[in-house]
Amino acid sequence: MTKEGVIAALEQVTDPEIPVLSIGDLGIIRDVELWLEDGKDCINVIITPTYSGCPAMNVIATGIRMVLAGMNFKRVDITERLDPPWTTDLMTESGKEKLKAYGIAPPIRKSKVGLGLFEEDAVDCPRCGSQDTELVSGFGPTSCKSLYKCRSCKEPFEHFKCH
Amino acid sequence: MKNKLFYILEWADNTLILGQRLSEWCGHGPVLEQDIALTNIALDHLGCARNLYTYAAEIFNGMDAVDRSECFASVAFQRNVKEGHQADEDDLAFLRDAWDFRNVLLVEQPNTDWAYTVARAFLFDAFNYYYLTAMCNSVDERLAGIASKSLKEATYHLRWSSEWVIRLGDGTEESKTRIVEAIANLWPFTGELFTATEVDTFVEGLGVDFAALKPLWEQKVAEIFDEATLEVPTGVWMQSGGKTGTHSENLGFVLAEMQFMQRAYPNMEW
Repeated sequence: MTKEGVIAALEQVTDPEIPVLSIGDLGIIRDVELWLEDGKDCINVIITPTYSGCPAMNVIATGIRMVLAGMNFKRVDITERLDPPWTTDLMTESGKEKLKAYGIAPPIRKSKVGLGLFEEDAVDCPRCGSQDTELVSGFGPTSCKSLYKCRSCKEPFEHFKCH
Repeated sequence: MKNKLFYILEWADNTLILGQRLSEWCGHGPVLEQDIALTNIALDHLGCARNLYTYAAEIFNGMDAVDRSECFASVAFQRNVKEGHQADEDDLAFLRDAWDFRNVLLVEQPNTDWAYTVARAFLFDAFNYYYLTAMCNSVDERLAGIASKSLKEATYHLRWSSEWVIRLGDGTEESKTRIVEAIANLWPFTGELFTATEVDTFVEGLGVDFAALKPLWEQKVAEIFDEATLEVPTGVWMQSGGKTGTHSENLGFVLAEMQFMQRAYPNMEW
């Protein structure tokens, strides 16, 4: 069993709130440690939460266990590591494309660049591509998203916030 | 170890109680978007509290029996300890009585109205931002990690509450009257944010220098109040006691609601 093989297998585990994104796309797998105990494979998957209170983490950990259960490990550990904190900069380019195709505008800014008071991100509409959009709410149905509407096609849409 | 445990609880209890207060708005927000904003922010505070309580429980479980029996006076918590149970995050949140909580008085103050909710959030968020920035340098790597995680969230909490202070202060006659009243009534609870307790002074390097945070906080408050056309109150007598377990009657009401299920049906899960 190789680290790369495990990481590839974990691509099956998706975010329960945004099922088009794998945990690899999200950038929440920090590391995979493999070792032998009595000649049998053991594994520790180190993951990092997106937001401190993200309720999806338990479901994601269960998803990881389900995948690894079919791979003959003697022991499976899943540990959380907070530092350095997760950021949307870790999201893969293919992850951003998948988000857009799913109807969610991907993060557009580097996390280090903050927003001033009353400033908002100028986000393109993921449906019609128009730049004529407006922020409806800085907070959305999950911690990681804000709500926008498109003035061109009149459709509301979600934006995966830069974090 | 007791001082370290109590220091972590000061921080954890602030986030749990403010998170609980903010979540009281769930389903009652003035508009849906702000209802969602408050529950999102409440969830961040709860997540931070959870990280801290998990660590605090590990520290508690690692202490010797005498120390463990002296940490908390709460009967329900002590009964569990005497029966040989390992404490966990839920025990710390649900089985301690008010006098074992170490949060500042500010966070337990009631929501009252939108202006009070905004003012309380802003006064705390400005403190929390600088507190977490300083905690990122803690010699305790685990606490520094929790701080760096929460700092990203506290940054947009402060942005949200700053915007609302400005909207209300520089808004209508009604909104201004309300935010001025809220600030006047909450101001006496801000002094405690920068007062070090005996516990705080015993955890040098692990904790922060609270007095050093005060000028940073004052500068931020002055900047936002100026933009909001509000005046910074002066010469106000400051309340204290929360960090050593002497609370206002408000905390009892918060706990009564928050702890009801675990007290009425011990160890229940759903």
